[in-house]
Amino acid sequence: MTGLQTAGPEREPASLPDVLLQVEGLTTLLGDAVRPSRVVDGVDLEIRQGETFALLGESGCGKSMTALSLMRLLPSSGRITAGSVRLAGRDLLRLTEGEMRRVRGGRLAMIFQEPQTSLNPVMSVGDQIAESVRVHEDRSRARIPERVLDLMRAVGIPDPRRRVEEYPHQLSGGMKQRIMIAMALAGGPQLLIADEPTTALDVTIQAQVLRLLKDLQRETGMAVLLITHDLGVVAETADRLAVMYAGQIVETATTDAFFAAPAHPYSRQLMESVPSADKRSARLAVIPGRVPHLHQAFSGCRFAERCYAVMPQCRHQTPIWRDLGPAQGVRCHLWSQGQTQPDGLSRQAAGAARPLDAPPAGGGDSDRLLEVHELKVHFPIHSGVFRRVVGYVRAVDGVTFELQPGRTLALVGESGCGKTSAGKGILQLVTPSGGSIRYCGQELVGLGHRRMRPFRKDLQIIFQDPYAAMNPRMLVGDVIGEGLQALGIERSRSGRMRRVAQLLDLVGMDEDAVARYPHEFSGGQRQRICIARALAVEPKLIICDEPTSALDVSVQAQILNLLKDLQDRLGLAYLFITHDISVVAYLAHEVAVMYLGRVVERGRVHEILDDPRHPYTRALLSAVPVVDPQRRRAVIRLDGDMPSPSDPPSGCFFHPRCPDAVDACARTYPEEKRLSMSRVVHCLRA
Amino acid sequence: MPFLPVVLWTDGLVYVLLGLMAAFALYASRHEHIRAPWRRVVRARVGVATIVVLGFYVAVGLLDTVHFRLKLPQPAEAGAGVQFAPEVLSLLDLALAGLRERQEKTYSAPFATHLFVKEAIEQPDGSLVRDFPRLDHGGAHLADPARQRGGDIAWRGLKGALQGLLIWALVCAGLIRWIARVRGEPPAKTRSDILAGRTLIPWRTAFVVLGLMLLVSAVAVELSRMYHILGTDKVGEDVFYQTLKSIRTGLLIGTLTTLVMLPAAVMLGIMAGYFRGWVDDIIQYLYTTLNSIPGVLLIAAAILLLQVYMSNHADEFASLVERADLRLLFLVLILGVTSWTGLCRLLRGESLKLREVDFVQASTALGVGHFTLIGRHILPNVMHVVLITLVLDFSGLVLAEAVLSYINIGVDPTMNSWGNMINSARLELARDPVVWWSLAAAFVFMFTLVLAANLFADVVRDAFDPRLRGAQ
Repeated sequence: MTGLQTAGPEREPASLPDVLLQVEGLTTLLGDAVRPSRVVDGVDLEIRQGETFALLGESGCGKSMTALSLMRLLPSSGRITAGSVRLAGRDLLRLTEGEMRRVRGGRLAMIFQEPQTSLNPVMSVGDQIAESVRVHEDRSRARIPERVLDLMRAVGIPDPRRRVEEYPHQLSGGMKQRIMIAMALAGGPQLLIADEPTTALDVTIQAQVLRLLKDLQRETGMAVLLITHDLGVVAETADRLAVMYAGQIVETATTDAFFAAPAHPYSRQLMESVPSADKRSARLAVIPGRVPHLHQAFSGCRFAERCYAVMPQCRHQTPIWRDLGPAQGVRCHLWSQGQTQPDGLSRQAAGAARPLDAPPAGGGDSDRLLEVHELKVHFPIHSGVFRRVVGYVRAVDGVTFELQPGRTLALVGESGCGKTSAGKGILQLVTPSGGSIRYCGQELVGLGHRRMRPFRKDLQIIFQDPYAAMNPRMLVGDVIGEGLQALGIERSRSGRMRRVAQLLDLVGMDEDAVARYPHEFSGGQRQRICIARALAVEPKLIICDEPTSALDVSVQAQILNLLKDLQDRLGLAYLFITHDISVVAYLAHEVAVMYLGRVVERGRVHEILDDPRHPYTRALLSAVPVVDPQRRRAVIRLDGDMPSPSDPPSGCFFHPRCPDAVDACARTYPEEKRLSMSRVVHCLRA
Repeated sequence: MPFLPVVLWTDGLVYVLLGLMAAFALYASRHEHIRAPWRRVVRARVGVATIVVLGFYVAVGLLDTVHFRLKLPQPAEAGAGVQFAPEVLSLLDLALAGLRERQEKTYSAPFATHLFVKEAIEQPDGSLVRDFPRLDHGGAHLADPARQRGGDIAWRGLKGALQGLLIWALVCAGLIRWIARVRGEPPAKTRSDILAGRTLIPWRTAFVVLGLMLLVSAVAVELSRMYHILGTDKVGEDVFYQTLKSIRTGLLIGTLTTLVMLPAAVMLGIMAGYFRGWVDDIIQYLYTTLNSIPGVLLIAAAILLLQVYMSNHADEFASLVERADLRLLFLVLILGVTSWTGLCRLLRGESLKLREVDFVQASTALGVGHFTLIGRHILPNVMHVVLITLVLDFSGLVLAEAVLSYINIGVDPTMNSWGNMINSARLELARDPVVWWSLAAAFVFMFTLVLAANLFADVVRDAFDPRLRGAQ
């Protein structure tokens, strides 16, 4: 750096006074020279000082690559081939690596999705923050510890003097993300790039972190580039946003304008595919197909293949950018005639309405499919040379609920509350330590591997991660046919393959998938295959363990539609384990809310969602980001994190974090309080 | 029949190993997920180069594995049964018959025409002179070695090189025609593609390495007809012959040991990880105990026991070769016993991880039995670990043989092995002037094998390790 340049940028007036970051025609290629992927293709952006700008899109659209291009932190096979990135008037792409290093972390900081892997596990968090302080500030050594404590206080870490000494594994996910933010703040950045900062966190923690970002922004006046796929988060935090599709920006708008009237069909379809309570009666809108591969040459609109309003010209003529007034701009042929609201956009979600929540037929004890009573799953903690049991992780500690045929019970809770262990306990995939599970009146707890086999046919499971749920070494046909073979339902291979073909058809896939390997399919298709595998043995009850949380929202809509259809056609009952309240609102009939291994409240879905009685349920629901501003509730802030299930608090497990707690809460665990026929809550104050 | 086939214990195991490899190749050819990494191996330049080098070693080793006894010349009187020679020979022995039979009295340096030590030579006039006598075979065709030797060696070397090039040209032409037929294109195009390095499999590298190996082999063969190219040892045996015979020993130790330990390691490792509980406790106890006994101690004890047994029951062994073979087998077994724990531990960890993976849980939920589940879901998903370990262990075992033979608990002293050669070099290096060629020959041959094996192992690991695959 020459002396002249050092003095330059800050005093040099930017072209537009309040524009902090100006990106023009940014193009990034990834991969080999022969067939590169244009992961970022001519992106134009403007971020003003102090604003929150959201970059929205599904996975594979190039959001993260855009952020990495801005930071010049691309993977080794990536290169920026065109465009300019001006931060306060200074073109970052022209800086030398040495100059850029000073910008990174100094004016431009970044936080990542996975706080777990972004911190060095063998350094104390204080040292890690101190490291970034040292790099970016010419302070005397003596003042660094003070600055570290200031930063930790700024990101809301309680008792920073003690926490400075701690190591990453001693902190919860939310705390780690705060440390990451503290490190990013060390250089006093003008722009903070947050790449899915809350995706790996629970909703209550997400609310804390988003709130923290907002507060910091107000105090320091920095701008935030928020990269996310969550429309709710965008609606609650962003001032302006850009929608990205297949490496291009297809729409920019202010948040208000966008949610009032999204201009691009893709934005429109994204919004329609988000599940919610008022879409219960209908199918969710789906976006067919998937994001195209970016190493092809496109002619025409990149979204044409998946667009509901596609016109002939979309396929061969590339749409140009069009400004729809000061607040909004779009890249779509529909707007080329200059209409304010083209006809093609007015569209209702397809699909026939279905009867709304008919009360379950009958209602006596006789048609209970599954009764779970005081189910406990404890994992022993071993210690010492002889590995004596010194304690238990009480993952599930007395869960009670029942499920009728053809209905959906949602088991809701944050990570670590034991909902997955409860699901696996019911299937005896982990051995329950106590309680009773009665399936059609027959006790399942205590059945061995062999005596459980007759019930395997009726009870099935779908997993969260469709990538891990299939043996990569087996053909799809064998994957689906495995249960038929194991339970002796179809012994001949030809019969099995016939049945597999029917099943693939049932879940909406082509028959030729039989002879292919799982890795050849996308996440959504794999989840369909997993559903087909579960359906193969004609179960009565399927435990769905977060089946859509690893999927994009448009694909999630496809899977939710499929699950709903299957329930209507086959009369399946679902135990739907999830943390996503919008999915619960869309799909469930009953809800049970879990906290630290116990159900704190259960009842009909509208009862729980509209009138939560347990303070935890209230906090959980209030933390969920909502698109519609009218429906937003004041976020009830929960302090701290969920305690460890190996050492639960005395009395009510929730009382240390509960805003309404009284002294009595600390003494005994509240008894079950029955509020109505269907409604049960565990709270002294309900 | 002019010969009586003899199948030694280790030969049998080699045949079993070959059978297993053929079965695995057949299985792999039908399963894309195994074929793909192997394809990556043969598409790496280092991969094909090491395959060619290892191929030469394996060919020599296999030639040395086919054992038989030759028919003795029929006795004059008819009616007597067919008699076979007591000596067990291999195909390699036949091929190297010249080398084997051209024995000198004692040490001689490489390419020497005279013995390494002075002897009393009786002159034609009856007087005795102490001098270096002419060798019986090495350079015996030369009338005046001092003057003719250099020219002769150069001439024969050139002749050998030309032969090597000719063979190389023929092999290459044949291969190009074959590749062209497989690819369904004119041979001229295939040739230009290979020359330009445009083929997916780096044939050019393969041909260059093959050429080098053929050249060296042909020159060595041509020169060894008339000279001891690597000298002779204490009893006058050709060192070149010894090193070639040692190849089988090295390869056998490297491969059979893993073959022996594989069933135990795979079964126990997977069982420990999959069933956990008391099964895991027992297996863990077993391998931690075994691991804490020094391996050398165990090997020494077993070999010494066997030696006592063999000397007490000397009449049970038809020949020296059989005796040596039994000892080799024992060494392989005991090395297997001491080396299965590492793989077992790896597999236990891997299965512990796999049993919690969703697809295993899904199978359990579908009521699949334990052993079907292990065979269908766990085993195929740990095969890459097994394969990587096998290839990585190979070179270590070859080196282990050398060390064990050096301290006299390795293979039988009568068996040719690099360890024995190095062992004898201990005394030779103490002589003045130094006898260096035994050690050097063993070193060069072992070094080439181990280096090739290590490079090959690296390529295999890169191709099979799922974590590295993403990084490429």
